[in-house]
Amino acid sequence: MSGVDAVVLELRDVHRTHGTGPAAVHALRGVSLAVRPGELVAVMGPSGSGKSTLLALAGGLDSPTAGEVHVDGQPLAALDRRGLAQLRRRRVGYIFQDLNLLGSLTAVENVALPLELDGTGVRRARALALAALAEVGLPELGDRFPEQLSGGQQQRVAIARALVGERRLVLADEPTGALDSQTGEAVLHLLRRRVDAGAAGLLVTHEARHAGWADRVIFLRDGVLVDSTAPLSSVEQLLSGSGR
Amino acid sequence: MSIRHGLLALLERGQMYGYQLRAAFEESTGSTWPLNIGQVYTTLARLERDGLVRSLPESEAGQRPYEITDAGRADLTLWFATPVSRTDRPRDELAIKLALALTTPGVDVRSVVQTQRAATMRTLQELTRLKYASDKPEELPWRLVLDAMVFQAEAEVRWLDHCETSLVRYRPSVPGRRPPVEVDGSAEAVPPTDEEARR
Repeated sequence: MSGVDAVVLELRDVHRTHGTGPAAVHALRGVSLAVRPGELVAVMGPSGSGKSTLLALAGGLDSPTAGEVHVDGQPLAALDRRGLAQLRRRRVGYIFQDLNLLGSLTAVENVALPLELDGTGVRRARALALAALAEVGLPELGDRFPEQLSGGQQQRVAIARALVGERRLVLADEPTGALDSQTGEAVLHLLRRRVDAGAAGLLVTHEARHAGWADRVIFLRDGVLVDSTAPLSSVEQLLSGSGR
Repeated sequence: MSIRHGLLALLERGQMYGYQLRAAFEESTGSTWPLNIGQVYTTLARLERDGLVRSLPESEAGQRPYEITDAGRADLTLWFATPVSRTDRPRDELAIKLALALTTPGVDVRSVVQTQRAATMRTLQELTRLKYASDKPEELPWRLVLDAMVFQAEAEVRWLDHCETSLVRYRPSVPGRRPPVEVDGSAEAVPPTDEEARR
């Protein structure tokens, strides 16, 4: 039983159709997937393959037309709107390309916001937010407003907000956006570290280099999982094969 | 690249004997390119013959150090100044394999593409893991070697994606004849079919 319990995110034969009749668009068709703690799964596929739909369903931002989504063993279909909102605030962290930082709040206030909305006291929320900002390497910039931060720093604040508290599931949609390659790499480094510390991660990307940070890569085509990478081999095998 | 220039670059740091050169070579390429000591000595002998290095008297321990000569230094400078030509590299087996898969009856090209992409993606994951594990400043040379392999693997995945997209539109017109399909970058690598070669 523990094996089943250990799964943080599970999709069972999930379908998502937009519209009906001949105009219906099948965004996802029968996708099953399980992500465990300490595991980062990357989803790759061209535009329109269903990557972002998959992520929205995993985070309870959208509901499947058929099939089930479970987070921490809880079927999302069984939750009402309040229950879903609470799960999103407590258990799920989102990192989007579009940062969605509030310009009128400082960095630390942005990070503390989901905790405060969830009833955490202001002081404790601030302490947790400062810890999260330190984790992403911005321990001293908490009192700056987003416009006073660089693009890379803003992205780090957004990540701190996604990681603050005890998020079991981190969902990232093209999290490196328009960042330069070094800063983008730092973002993935942070995501990887959090997953190594026990979170489950789902990373949507169309860049193979970013998917390289994952433990497993799955390929979506037209809403169907067509392929996935085999388990990682040893360093020795890798090096001996690298001269290919 | 030649082992020759690798050894010259190492000797530019100071005189070294065979085993030291081998260790330093492997250290600077993160052991991605293991050398056997025989290769080191054969290369040193050729370098000495060409006047690019000179051997020094043996030490009491029986080790013979080598040092770089002025001619060797000039050769090394030229090497660093000259871009590596793509034509010096071996033929791209993958591009050739895919081109042949398209023209060989009974081959599921899409499956060839997918199998390769999953394998290359896995390599990319493994390379990234190695990079993640080596974050000390002094490991920069090794990280850059890894980065080179990462970018090559990434390019291959992108090319395979491109092939897959091209296959969706691909309809061979006349069976047995070379199809009018464009596979970017591999056009020159497409060998003539046997039939064409015989003409």
